[in-house]
Amino acid sequence: MRHGVARFVTGFLALPVALYLFYVVWPFAQAAGYSLTSWGGYSDKQDFVGLDNYIRLFSDELIRKAFWHNVFFLVTVPLFTIALALFLAFLLNVGGREDRAGIRGIFGSGFYKVIFFFPQVLSLVVIAVMWQQIYRSDGQGLVNGLLMKIGLVDADNPIAFTADPEPFLGVPAVLWWLLLIAVWSGAGFYMVLFSAAMQSIPKDIYEAAILDGASRFHTFFRITLPLLRDTISVAWVYLGFIALDMYALVFVMTPSQGGPNHASEIFASVLNFTAFQKGQFGYACAMGVSLAIFTILLAALQLRITRRERIEY
Amino acid sequence: MSVTPEHPADLNRRTLLRRAAAAGLLVTPAAGLLSACAGSEPSKSDDSGSAKSKDNPFGVKDGSAVKVVVFNGGLGDQWAKEDKVVFNAKHAGVTVNMSSTQKIKTEEQPKMATQPSDLVMNSGADMMDISTLVNEGAIEPLDDLLTAAAWDGEGTVADSLLPGTVDDGTFQGKFYVVNVAYTVWGNWYNGALFTKEGWEPPKTFDEFFALAPKIKAKGIAPYVHDAKHGYYPRWALMATIWKSAGRQVVIDIDNLKENAWKADGVLPALQAWEKLVKDKLLLPGNLDHTQSQQAWLDGKAAFIQVGTWLKNEMAATIPPGFEMKVSDYWSLGAADKAPKDVFAGAGEGLVVPSKAPNKAAAKEFLRAVLSKSGSTKFAELTKSLASTKGSGDGVQDSALATANELMKNAPKDLIKVKFQDFYADLDKESQNLSEELMAGRLSAQQFVDKMQAAADKVAKDSSIKKQTRA
Repeated sequence: MRHGVARFVTGFLALPVALYLFYVVWPFAQAAGYSLTSWGGYSDKQDFVGLDNYIRLFSDELIRKAFWHNVFFLVTVPLFTIALALFLAFLLNVGGREDRAGIRGIFGSGFYKVIFFFPQVLSLVVIAVMWQQIYRSDGQGLVNGLLMKIGLVDADNPIAFTADPEPFLGVPAVLWWLLLIAVWSGAGFYMVLFSAAMQSIPKDIYEAAILDGASRFHTFFRITLPLLRDTISVAWVYLGFIALDMYALVFVMTPSQGGPNHASEIFASVLNFTAFQKGQFGYACAMGVSLAIFTILLAALQLRITRRERIEY
Repeated sequence: MSVTPEHPADLNRRTLLRRAAAAGLLVTPAAGLLSACAGSEPSKSDDSGSAKSKDNPFGVKDGSAVKVVVFNGGLGDQWAKEDKVVFNAKHAGVTVNMSSTQKIKTEEQPKMATQPSDLVMNSGADMMDISTLVNEGAIEPLDDLLTAAAWDGEGTVADSLLPGTVDDGTFQGKFYVVNVAYTVWGNWYNGALFTKEGWEPPKTFDEFFALAPKIKAKGIAPYVHDAKHGYYPRWALMATIWKSAGRQVVIDIDNLKENAWKADGVLPALQAWEKLVKDKLLLPGNLDHTQSQQAWLDGKAAFIQVGTWLKNEMAATIPPGFEMKVSDYWSLGAADKAPKDVFAGAGEGLVVPSKAPNKAAAKEFLRAVLSKSGSTKFAELTKSLASTKGSGDGVQDSALATANELMKNAPKDLIKVKFQDFYADLDKESQNLSEELMAGRLSAQQFVDKMQAAADKVAKDSSIKKQTRA
């Protein structure tokens, strides 16, 4: 490095790094420390219990249930969101007709982009409150009301949505209904992300392929998808984090926050109950730390598996 | 176009940005959860007061400030502002910094171990677990408040309170929580509708089951309930259990006595509710508290069970001509042990954190809250009784009048259930099971078995501190 540059860079970085250490890293370290104690959360009495809290995690039935619910989201949220976002992005960028100006998106694609992106500007809690009205389980609910009017749903037996614990494909219905919201609210952002990536793919590749007689189907799976590999991989990691969280939706939308009768319990809701209702902060911190470790491992694994040669153009 | 292997050295701008973004996001899901656990070092509190007198029993220092946090829920927060006026009339030199919120736990819990507010109204869905606060020594015993002279009446503060108020705030032999609102629970109906149709509000389940077909014939669902918060149906279930099985059985349940849930009278009480669900007397749909209350106001259902805060909570949307009246929970019949006992008690608790900087002023403020002038304002503003005697005497209101009437005819024993305050696990389990029973997914027998199993588990768990009541 040239003379003086190091000092220049350090000068700019010192303050943000210090703030980050104090407000982010230090609380994390504190939480890790508390996870080794039996702290109740309301006093300064903290007894050291070693790894007891972590050992307890493995025999906790509720945590096990919550873990599998998170795994369900971990698989489905990225899968459905990315699939939908890719489909939309493809239509908006290269799904339309071709003319002298080259390949373009379907008619009105700029307008659709704004519409699809819209959920992203809303806070998750606002989305949850809004969907509560859509999912409302009587005639005043948007879905139930419409279906009752056209006679598809019996007024005495409305769709229960997030109050429905009956399993569908082995997973409580309430989780599927929450999944729908997560995918709806996430797809727009990834559509824009994929659109940006698609626009950086040179149009002449498509034109060459089309001249050779490639169909829409082929251009998507042979050209678009392989060239988006990096972006999709990163998107998958981001969505994995969202899937491991899901707290706002569960907290706002499900009965008794994780119900009915634990049917939508996730890591974060059990953590919240353990810390704030049961007053076992030490144990709750152990849950938080475990989730953090799990998340980091998952991200590392994901990025490593998908790493391969990159094409530059 | 060139194909190059990725190598750590050839960081271009795009990959750098992408990685930075990935690293930043790496911490997001864990960040909120982890930082929720973090606290900070405790600080010393300053509780030095000035001289104590009859008019200033706790020695409030002139020129000091007291921070009061009010829960702004069903009762609103205007009553507390009136109490501030009452307080300042006697202590003009003390500054009252009042704020109101619905997020009591979110905002106050992190400060409890270090620099809490002086007086916190611990109420609502986001309240701090009371047994944990007591066990951790985080709140101050207020026995000296009870023995202090009443603000503007005869005798001590304790003398001026309605029955049950001291009991409701007592944990492990000490008085910790000043519950300001006196709540009466029961089955609510529209008096105007019942008069018009010539219906008599039922006293027993049998009477209700007899009336239900007539209500249904008018296109009205006989009953609606909150299906989103398990503690709503739990009030009704436990009230029926108390009436049917008697006081001692509920005390045994609270004290985790062996097979307490299997005592005589518990199962029949739950079976009455099971029948109500099986006979399809509930309004379809899983509504939450305000939605179900609105459905009742809109005339879609005849009965709803809830407490006396109902009037204030729904004030904005009560249709003209609607006559809110409360009647006692239904009993089962001749075999009942305590059919006349009323579900009532003091709620909406104010607590003084142990580490509060100005505890003297906090206690003095409580004395003002419990005063005659303060409590009368409270009843006027909230249409709910205060826990000070005589607060509702001058108020003209059908909801308050029927609640008053109910209390006048009530025996001395009030229905009182404590296990949910004692043990968070049983709280959660009983809420879940109540929801399941009311959704028709659980039978009365299963409810009993599952509650017994949960109670046994808590009883055996040595890490849970046990509490008892008499």
